[in-house]
Amino acid sequence: MAERVPGIFRRGARILSRYIRANPLAFSLSVLGAAIYAAAAVGTTVIIGRVTNTVIIPTFESGRVERGMVISAGIAILAVGLVRASTIILRRYFAAMVAFRTQRNWRRQLVATYLEVPLKYHRETPTGTLLAHADSDIVAASEVLNPLPFSIGVVTLVVFAIINLAMVDWLLMMIALLLFPGLIIINRLYTRRAELPLGDVQRRVGQVSRVAHESFDGALVVKTLGREQDEVDRLAVAADSLRESRVTLGRIRGTFEPLIEALPNLGIIALLLIGSWLVSVGRLNTGQVVQAAALFGLLAFPMRVFGYFLQELPRSVVASARLDVVIAAEREALATGGVPVLPDTPLAVRFRDVTCRHGEDPPVLEHLDLEIPAGKVVALVGATGAGKSTLCELLPRLVDPEIGVVTLGGIDLRELDPAEVRDAVALVFQETFLFNESARENVTLGEPVSDERLLEAASIAHSIDFIRALPDGWDTEIGERGITLSGGQRQRLALTRALLRRPRVLVLDDATSAVDPVIEAAILRDLRSSLATSTLVVAHRISTIELADEVAFLDGGTIVARGSHAELLSSSPDYVRLVQAYNDLSAGEIS
Amino acid sequence: MSADVTPGSDLAEHDDLARLEHAAAFDDPTALDHERAEAAAAADASEKRGRALTVLRRGLAESPELGRGFKITVLFAIISAIGRLTIPILVQQIIQNGLLADEGFRVGFTLTACGLAAAIVVSVSILSRITYVRLVLTSESMLRNLRVRAFGHAHALSVADHNETRRGDLTARVTSDIETIARFAQYGAVAWIVDTVVVAGTLIVMSFYSWQLALVTMLVATPILPLFRFMQRRQLKGYSIVRTRVGQTFSEISESVQGAAPIRAYGLQRRSRKRLDVAMDQQYKAEMSAARWFAFMFPLGDAFGGIALASVVMIGAWWGPGWGLDAGGLIACLFLVQLILGPIAEIGEILDQTQTAIAGWAKVLNLLDQPIDVVEPQNGTELPAGALALDIEHVGFTYRTGGPVLTDVSIAIPAGTAVAIVGETGSGKTTFAKLLTRLADPTTGVISVGGISLRDIPAASRAEHIRMVPQDGFMFDATLRENIAMGRRGATDADVEAAINELGLDDWVAGLPHGLDTEVGERGEGMSVGERQLVALARAQLADPGLLVLDEATSAVDPRTERTLTNALHRLSEGRTTVSIAHRLSTAEQADLILVFDKGVLVERGSHDELVAEGGRYAELYRSWLGNTGQS
Ligand SMILES: Nc1ncnc2c1ncn2[C@@H]1O[C@H](COP(=O)(O)OP(=O)(O)OP(=O)(O)O)[C@@H](O)[C@H]1O
Ligand SMILES: Nc1ncnc2c1ncn2[C@@H]1O[C@H](COP(=O)(O)OP(=O)(O)OP(=O)(O)O)[C@@H](O)[C@H]1O
Ligand SMILES: [Mg+2]
Ligand SMILES: [Mg+2]
Repeated sequence: MAERVPGIFRRGARILSRYIRANPLAFSLSVLGAAIYAAAAVGTTVIIGRVTNTVIIPTFESGRVERGMVISAGIAILAVGLVRASTIILRRYFAAMVAFRTQRNWRRQLVATYLEVPLKYHRETPTGTLLAHADSDIVAASEVLNPLPFSIGVVTLVVFAIINLAMVDWLLMMIALLLFPGLIIINRLYTRRAELPLGDVQRRVGQVSRVAHESFDGALVVKTLGREQDEVDRLAVAADSLRESRVTLGRIRGTFEPLIEALPNLGIIALLLIGSWLVSVGRLNTGQVVQAAALFGLLAFPMRVFGYFLQELPRSVVASARLDVVIAAEREALATGGVPVLPDTPLAVRFRDVTCRHGEDPPVLEHLDLEIPAGKVVALVGATGAGKSTLCELLPRLVDPEIGVVTLGGIDLRELDPAEVRDAVALVFQETFLFNESARENVTLGEPVSDERLLEAASIAHSIDFIRALPDGWDTEIGERGITLSGGQRQRLALTRALLRRPRVLVLDDATSAVDPVIEAAILRDLRSSLATSTLVVAHRISTIELADEVAFLDGGTIVARGSHAELLSSSPDYVRLVQAYNDLSAGEIS
Repeated sequence: MSADVTPGSDLAEHDDLARLEHAAAFDDPTALDHERAEAAAAADASEKRGRALTVLRRGLAESPELGRGFKITVLFAIISAIGRLTIPILVQQIIQNGLLADEGFRVGFTLTACGLAAAIVVSVSILSRITYVRLVLTSESMLRNLRVRAFGHAHALSVADHNETRRGDLTARVTSDIETIARFAQYGAVAWIVDTVVVAGTLIVMSFYSWQLALVTMLVATPILPLFRFMQRRQLKGYSIVRTRVGQTFSEISESVQGAAPIRAYGLQRRSRKRLDVAMDQQYKAEMSAARWFAFMFPLGDAFGGIALASVVMIGAWWGPGWGLDAGGLIACLFLVQLILGPIAEIGEILDQTQTAIAGWAKVLNLLDQPIDVVEPQNGTELPAGALALDIEHVGFTYRTGGPVLTDVSIAIPAGTAVAIVGETGSGKTTFAKLLTRLADPTTGVISVGGISLRDIPAASRAEHIRMVPQDGFMFDATLRENIAMGRRGATDADVEAAINELGLDDWVAGLPHGLDTEVGERGEGMSVGERQLVALARAQLADPGLLVLDEATSAVDPRTERTLTNALHRLSEGRTTVSIAHRLSTAEQADLILVFDKGVLVERGSHDELVAEGGRYAELYRSWLGNTGQS
C-alpha cells in the first residue's frame, strides 16, 4: 500500500461519491447524526455557561435555592447529553450500514468475477491473492467510510467557530487558521512517513500468514521430511521482519500521535499568550480572550477527525483501484439459453490441429489431431507430463486451444452455448474435488434427481456400497465439517457425479488410479454396457487400455499412433516400450 | 455564543473516542470486525478457561520477556497520564486566576502559567513517545516469540488427525489470534493505564473542592460498569454470529476459487453464485445486528456524562452552600466532571478490545497446552546406517474419532526385505505406514526399528533413516530444485542431480522448459500429477533412508517411468528395507514378503508364491487381477 497516489483527492472524491450514491439515505442519516452531535457538543458548553451565570452564581450569591431554575438547569444538561448519545447511535449505526453494504457490494462483484473469469485466470493468480482481495482489500477500500460522516458533520462546527473567532478578533482567527492547515500538514506528513512501513506491515502480515498456511497445508510432507525446524526457522524470519516493521511504524506513530495531540494544546496556550498581549495593549478585553479560547477548543476536535479521514483516504483509493482492476477482468461468455443444436445421442469429438501451452512455456500440445467416434471408447496413453490432462481440459472447454479447433458433434466448441457443452460433456478430474456438502449434494450438485437415477449412477461407479455404509448414507457430510473419505472412495464419488449427468461425452482423466484394478475393470465394463456415450479415458493400466475400442498414443505433444491395443503393439515401438514396461514387471515372474 | 462558556476541556473528550475508533483500523485494515469477532467468539472458551486473570498469569509465565522493564513503562504511563490531566486544569486556572482574576488581569501569573503549561505539554509528548515505543518493543518481541513457539508446537503435534478445519484453525492461531493481542498491546494497554489515572486523579482533585460531589460522580458512574458488561456480552454474542457467518462466506469463496475447474466443467456458476449471495446476505445481517450493540455501547459515556453533569449541578446548587462549597468550587467540579467523560467512554470501548485480546491469547495458550502425543526422547539411541529390521508387536491404533483401525498387528521383518502391503480401501494400510514412520504412536503395542523402539529414536535420526513417501506429492511454492533438495538437510545441487540420475529421471528433467529451475507453483500445481510424485520420490532417494515406506507413491506415474523407478529402487535397495503400498499387484509379485490387511487385521503374510499356493485372500485377488488383464 506504499504506492504514491497522484490526484488523490480527485480519485478519492470519485470513489466516495460512488459509495455514497449507492446508499444515499443511510449516509445522509449518518452525516445528520454527526452534525447534530457537533451542535449538541457546542450546546453543552453553552448550556453549562448559561447555567453557571444564571443558576450557580446567583444561587451562591443569594444563598437561596431557586428550585425551578435548578431543576430546569439539570433537565437541560441531561437533555443535551441524551441528544449527544442518540446522535452517536445514529451516526455509528448508519455509518456501519454504509460500510457493510459497500463491502457486501464489493464482495458480490468480486465473487461474480471469480466465477466468470476463464480458468486460466485462476491458474495464474495465487489463491491467497484472490482471497485477500475479498478480505483485506475490501475492508481497506471501505475503511474511509468510517471517519467520513463525522468529517462532513463537523464542517458546520469549523465554520461556526471560525466566523465567531473572526468576530472576536482577526488576529486570533489567524492563529486558528494557521493551526488548522498546520495540523493537516502534520497529518499528511505522518501519513506519508507511515505509508511505507504500513505497507511493509501489511505485506509482512500477509507473508507470515502465507508461510503458516503453506506449512500447515503441507504438514504431512514437513513431518515426513523431518523439516519441522526448517519451517519454524522460516516462520521466525517472517515474524522477525514483521516485528521490525511494526517497531518502525511504532516509532513513527510514537512521534506523531503525541505531536498531533499536543498541537491544539500548544495552540490554546499560544492563543492565551497572544490574547494576554492584546489585552495589555488594550485591543481586547479579557472576556473576549476567554471566548476565543472556548471557540478554539471547538476546533481541535474537527481537525482531528479530519486528520483520520486524510489518513484513510489514500489507502481506500489504492484498494478500490486494485479491486476495480480485478472486477474489470475479462469474463467468459455465459449461457445464451438458445435452443440446443446437438442431438441427444453420443457425440463425436474432433481435435483439429490443436496447440496448447501453459503460460509462456513451450507448447504442451502441438498441431494435435484426434477423433473420438460417436459412442466409442478411446484410451489416451502417454508418459507422465505428456499433456494428457491438458488435452482433457479442452473438451469441456475449460481452456480454449491457442491454435486449432475442438468440435463436438461437428460444431466448434466456441460456437456452442456453454450450457450445452456442459450438458453434453462430463469430465472426471485426475485430482478429485469434493464440495463441503453431503454425499448426495456432491453428486447431484443441486439438481433434482430421482433416487433411481442416483442408484443407477452409483452402481456403475461402484460407490453405492460405501455410500450406504456411511453414518448417514447419502446425507453424510463430506469434507471440512464432515468425514474424511479414502482416496478410492473420493474418486468413485466423483465418477458417480459425472455418470449421473448421462453425458454424451465422458472424459475420465486417470479417474480410477486409487481404485484397485479389479474394481476398476468392473467399473469400465459396466460403463460400456449401460451408458451410451463417447468416452475418452486416460489410462496407465493395460486392463483399462484393452477395454477401449481404440488407443491414442500421445507423445511429444501430438498423437503419434492410433489403433487398437494390438495394432499399436505391432506398429509403435515407443508404445510398446511405454505399456509393455508394466507388463514386463508383472509377466516377468509369472512366466 | 457569549463569553461565559467554560473553556478548556470542551470537546477534548470526544477526541479520545474518535482516536480509538480510528486507531484499530489504522495499523492494519485487516483488523476486521470479523477477525475481532473470531477471537471474540472464543471469549466463551476463555471464560471456561477461567477468568481473564488466569489467562494473564499463564500468559505472563509463558512470556517472561513481557515483565522485563514493565514497571518502568507503567510508571512512565502514569506520569504522562498525570501530565495529561494537569494540562486542561492549568489552562482553566490561567483563565480563572489569570485573565478573569478578581483583582484584574494578572500578566505575570498568566505568563508563568502559560510557560509551565507549555513545558508540561512538551514533556507529556516526549514521555508518551517513550512509553509507547517501550511498549511496542516489548510487546512485539513477546508476540514474535509467542508466534514462533505456537507455530513450532503446532508442528510438533501429531499430523495423524490433520484435516482442512484443523489447518485453518492452526493458521488462525499464529496469525489473527496473535494480531488481536498485538492490537491490544498498542492501544488498549496504554489506554487502560491513562484512563484509570485520569479518572482517579480527577476524582481526587474534585474531592478537594467537595468530596460529596466526587462521591456523587462515582455513584452515578457505578451502574455504567454492569451496563457495559451487559452490552458487551450481547455484543460478543453478536460478534460470534458474525464470525460464523464470515467463516461461511469465506469457505464459500475459497471453495469457488479452489473448485474453479469443476465449477466450470459442471456449469455450477449460477448455483455457487446463489449460495454465495445467501452467505453474504446472512453475513450482512449478522454484521448489522452486531452493529446495533456497537452503536449503542459507545454513547453510554455521553449519556452518563449528561446524568453526571446534571446531578452535580443540581446537587451542588441545592446542598452545596450547606457543605461550604462556593460558586468557584462548583464550577471547577463541573469542569472536572467533563474531564472524565472521555476516559469513561474509552474504557467502554477498550473493554471490548481487551476481551478480544484475552480470548485470542487464551486460544494461543490452549494450543501451547495441547499435549504433544508423539513425545521425542530425551537421550535417544541413534539409528545405525544401512537396512533396518522391523519388529511390530501387538500393534493397535484408533484415531481420535471412530473405532479401531488396526488391531493386534504383529510381524517381524528382517533388514533389507522388500515388503508389499495389499488390502481393500480403508483396511488400514496408510495408517500402518504412518505408525512405521512415527507420524503417530500406536495406541497399543510397540514398533521397533533396527532393534530400537521407535519412541527412543531421536527425531533427527528418524528423519535421516526412516522416510515415507505419501501419495500426494505436496510441493512448496519454490523451484523444483529447492523442492527436491528438501529431501535431505544440506543437500547440494550436485546431490539433487545425483538423486535424479540414480532414479533415471534425467530425461524427464531435461524435458522441462526450465529444467530444475522450473517454478512448481502453489502446492506444486504447475506440475502434472505424476510429476509431483516423481519429486516426492526424488526427495526420498536423496535421503537414502534405511527404511523406505511408499504409500501409493507411483499411482499416477506412467508404466515405463514406474518401471524405471522400481528398478532403480530395487537396485538401490541393498542397504534398505522397503515397505510399499500399491494397488498394482506387480509390486506385490516382486516383493520378498506380502502383508495382506483386511479391516485392520493382518490376515495373510508370505511370499507371492506361498500366498498364491495357500489359496486365501491374496490368491483370490491375484486370480481376478489376472482375469481382468487377460494375461495368464
Ligand atoms: N498450471 C501449469 N502451469 C505450467 N505448467 C503446467 C501446468 N500444468 C501442467 N503443466 C506442465 O504441462 C505438462 C503437461 O501436463 P499435464 O498435466 O497435461 O500432463 P499429464 O499427461 O496429465 O501428466 P500425468 O500423467 O502426470 O497426469 C507438464 O510438463 C507440466 O509440468
Ligand atoms: N484422520 C482420521 N480420523 C479418523 N478416521 C480416519 C482418519 N484417517 C483414516 N481414517 C479411517 O481409518 C480407516 C483406515 O484408513 P487408511 O487410510 O489407513 O486406509 P487405507 O487402507 O490406506 O485405504 P486406501 O486404500 O483407500 O488408501 C478408514 O476407515 C478411514 O476412514
Ligand atoms: Mg494428468
Ligand atoms: Mg491409503
